[in-house]
Amino acid sequence: MTERLAHDRHGGGPDWPAAIDVAAIVTDTVASRGHNLVTRPTGRAVREAIEQRLTPMSPSPFVMLIDFTRVRILDFSCADEVVAKLLLRYHGPDRPGNIFFLFRAVDEMHRHAVEEVLARHGLAAVCDVGGGFQLLGPATPEERKAWDTLERCERIRPRDLAGALGELGEPLLRGLARRRLAYWSGNGGAAALSALARTR
Amino acid sequence: MRVVEIPSSLDYRNVDTVFAEAAAAGAEPVLFDARRLRWIDPNGMLALLCAGQVASANGATARLSLPAGGDVVGYLDRMGFPAAAARVFRGSPQRAVRPPSRESDVLLEITPIATNSDVHEVVDRVQSRAGAILSRTLRYPLAAVVQFSVILSEVCQNIVEHADGPGWVAAQRYNWTRRLGRQVLVIGVSDVGRGFRDSLAEEHAERFGDRWGDVTALEAAFLMGLTRFPDTGRGQGIQQIRKQVARWQGLVSIRSGTARIADSPSWHPSPPVVDGLPRFPGAQINLVLPERIDD
Repeated sequence: MTERLAHDRHGGGPDWPAAIDVAAIVTDTVASRGHNLVTRPTGRAVREAIEQRLTPMSPSPFVMLIDFTRVRILDFSCADEVVAKLLLRYHGPDRPGNIFFLFRAVDEMHRHAVEEVLARHGLAAVCDVGGGFQLLGPATPEERKAWDTLERCERIRPRDLAGALGELGEPLLRGLARRRLAYWSGNGGAAALSALARTR
Repeated sequence: MRVVEIPSSLDYRNVDTVFAEAAAAGAEPVLFDARRLRWIDPNGMLALLCAGQVASANGATARLSLPAGGDVVGYLDRMGFPAAAARVFRGSPQRAVRPPSRESDVLLEITPIATNSDVHEVVDRVQSRAGAILSRTLRYPLAAVVQFSVILSEVCQNIVEHADGPGWVAAQRYNWTRRLGRQVLVIGVSDVGRGFRDSLAEEHAERFGDRWGDVTALEAAFLMGLTRFPDTGRGQGIQQIRKQVARWQGLVSIRSGTARIADSPSWHPSPPVVDGLPRFPGAQINLVLPERIDD
């Protein structure tokens, strides 16, 4: 990956939103009184609304926060659509945009549903579960350790890579970047997605 | 006219007697005589509605006689049974649903489920009452209302996504003093759709070959998480319901075709699979969540 993140390029940040309030989309999509994200058609409609908002994005890589803060109930069908299928859509080389995703307010109420659907698809995601960002979903112990280190350091420069993670640091971080769980920059360094979101 | 005698007590344990007699009626007019009814749970009420619906679908005129008085009449009113029955049984008097009082044992009146909007409506509606019953009566953690809502959503979606037919959901709290010595919440979900075997047949019957039947279809959905959709993300609903109900040491059973499959807790020993039951064309899901006891 040799591009620079859109955040880096635009000093004051781009015009498009860097966070999407899922509850607001639920309100626009269905007449749910309590911001309850239930049923598969609702999940599909919410995912499509999110994808629509992502369409005008620049081809440059970008970190997008999917914010569940005001969502009360998240059932498995909706978690599958709004988390797993959204990630799958932007995972492969034919993705419609170069977007990395963070998820917020996936606390204990939502965490179980999100972990189950991620596991079902063999996906992992970076989620703010109340006490900071965590890596949810299946990952090897080595991947988790590398991700934790990067999250703690926020950024790792090329010259610090071996010291921080040993000889396997580079392939591990490249692997995390391929899984869209970290950003691997063209100069051989890496950045945590949460750090990129904070610097916007 | 065939008369189907409804037992004085009708719940998830004996609803098959109703299905058996209703199925035997064929296109003959049928009267469901429930005048001796003294006690009924959500599964019993939904079974009556399903049996009436099946009789009507067979071309029969279905009628229902309810008790003239007694506690059960007030209970049926609170659960909205007369209103639901009026849409199924000919000549059934429609009475207004009495809104449950704050202290009512009714968690969810009989509610038709046909679309996803109905599922949203149910989930939105039960929040405050479910919170009170789950935390105060069953002594579950406060967060349990969210898990319960997810379960409710998933079981109701089963009707919309897989039954291709109308269905109902109802939930009620009971004090099972003699049976269990604890309070329980009983949730019944029934439809008269195409059932698990038919729903899964196109996608899965071929690979099961001669073994394909009601039991195999229920095992495929209940144990293996298979659905009629090839999508990997499907089929989690029932699996997650089983996991959560097991955490609460509850009972979950599904009745479809001639079979029943269940996850039974220690307080309700029963075979995991039963076959050879009277044919029931749709699906009936029964959940019993018991009061938490301290370890």
